[in-house]
Amino acid sequence: MSSPLDLADARPGPAFTVTLDDREIEALPGQTVAAALWAAGVTSWRTTRGAGRPRGVFCGIGVCFDCLVTVNDRPNQRACLVPLAPGDVIRTQEGTGHDD
Amino acid sequence: MTDRPHLAVIGAGPAGLAATLAAAARGLRVTLVDSAAEAGGQFYRQPAAELRARRPQALHHQWRVWERLRDDLRAHLRAGTVRHLTDHHVWLVERRPTDFVVHALLGPEQEDPATVRADAVLLATGGYEQVLPFPGWTLPGVVTAGGAQAMLKGTLVVPGRTAVVAGTGPLLLPVATGLAAAGVEVAALVESAGARAFARHLRPLVSQPGKLAEGALYAAQLARRRVRPLFRHTVVEAHGTERVEAVTVAALDAAGRVRPGTRRRIACDSLAVSHGMLAHTDLAESLGCRLDGHVVHVDDEQRTDVPRVWAAGEATGIGGSALALIEGRIAGSSAAARLTGTEPDRAEWDTSLKSRRRLREFAAALDAVYRPPAHWSEQVTDETLVCRCEEVTAGAVRAAVDDLGAGDPRTVKLLTRAGMGWCQGRICGPAVAGLAGCRPTPSRRPFARPVPLGVLAQEPDHPTEEGPS
Repeated sequence: MSSPLDLADARPGPAFTVTLDDREIEALPGQTVAAALWAAGVTSWRTTRGAGRPRGVFCGIGVCFDCLVTVNDRPNQRACLVPLAPGDVIRTQEGTGHDD
Repeated sequence: MTDRPHLAVIGAGPAGLAATLAAAARGLRVTLVDSAAEAGGQFYRQPAAELRARRPQALHHQWRVWERLRDDLRAHLRAGTVRHLTDHHVWLVERRPTDFVVHALLGPEQEDPATVRADAVLLATGGYEQVLPFPGWTLPGVVTAGGAQAMLKGTLVVPGRTAVVAGTGPLLLPVATGLAAAGVEVAALVESAGARAFARHLRPLVSQPGKLAEGALYAAQLARRRVRPLFRHTVVEAHGTERVEAVTVAALDAAGRVRPGTRRRIACDSLAVSHGMLAHTDLAESLGCRLDGHVVHVDDEQRTDVPRVWAAGEATGIGGSALALIEGRIAGSSAAARLTGTEPDRAEWDTSLKSRRRLREFAAALDAVYRPPAHWSEQVTDETLVCRCEEVTAGAVRAAVDDLGAGDPRTVKLLTRAGMGWCQGRICGPAVAGLAGCRPTPSRRPFARPVPLGVLAQEPDHPTEEGPS
């Protein structure tokens, strides 16, 4: 069973910890929020404003805005673009992600 | 500072890189402005440096071409003839009486502004994927085929363990092959085009044996992993509650309708889907460049109809990386000649012009072969969301047309809010037009991406960066 990391013979530095809704997940240096969540088996991290339906990555390149997430208390960040740093706090986002 | 003309190239994919190198080699100062952390665009998207991939070429084709582009770019950067601005998301190119100002937002959060002043601009803004709606296409785990590939190339992750790759287009083969090589079980490759469509366009297709060989290589790699493409099939529904759990595929008849009694369910935890590519034309549109249909109009030298604005690559017509490289080279050479007041040396381009013509014919043939099924909208139920951002259903779009008399996408948008959300209709545009039974129209977005109000409110004469010496 190969993995993408094996395929590219990647030797990233040590994994670090971030949190998703207070749950600890591991991230590798260079990974975006979306990449770390996918690697942790998480594919949805937002619910829509209207029907409250789950969403995650769709376009993967910053065009569609489906993967919006709250990172370090900043809502509406595109998970496919934002790189992670140790200790980052990711929160699933409901609606617009604001407190209203 | 010198008095050599300064060209801003927007986009560091194959077209932008080729243009940058051609223009810099002919004496222009070039600033290459790109949103990614590293050059390459989507085609040569590189794994993040911190992942320290020793074998990134395992995720790519035409790696030697990339190495040459990368090395030439580095040489120009060292020589100071090219400046490469990474993590710069361009939202507007402003045309002033004697020059241009490129407005960008910095970094992934895109809140801090930066500007670049230049004598001319070259748009190599690339394209993105089109996905037409079907029931279940908003479920997590359903991703664009290019998105799955971008995540794999850039961050070395995959969407799940078992994927279905579906839709239509030449991209499906490398995406399925790449996912399989990365350890994903590809449960099915579902392509709506059929052998008859290929037969109708045989001549331009066989004129590119290299491309055919590339396709055959992918097919062989998939066959080795026991993935057999299902031609003339389509995904009619994705199933699941919190994420995709299975898809239903069905065979198509010659007219592009689902054949009764052919539906079958395939279990999967991810679906990579694509129905072709769309050009990024926002910057060209706001500069007032003429479009041909949905791509930027250019002349033989890749000049737009706006003076001192060139365009190359997918923005001028979807055609793949080989065509983008040639168009970029022609555009960069033309810019260098025109900005220094000389006639371009067409003899020097002769081979490029011939290749460009053949590759454009090839692209046109592929475009004719890989059309979404003619009756795709019949599978879209009234409950299916069409506009993902504003959660507008197909039923609402149909009601706007049938009950309220909307006759064009703009009126549908005003009546339903389809296309008014975060993505500004980039994803739902073709679907709304298709469901409404009208031709898609250019969207004329004033800005190419969301801009914080604070940036817009800043004084207009803030200092601008100059180009490389």
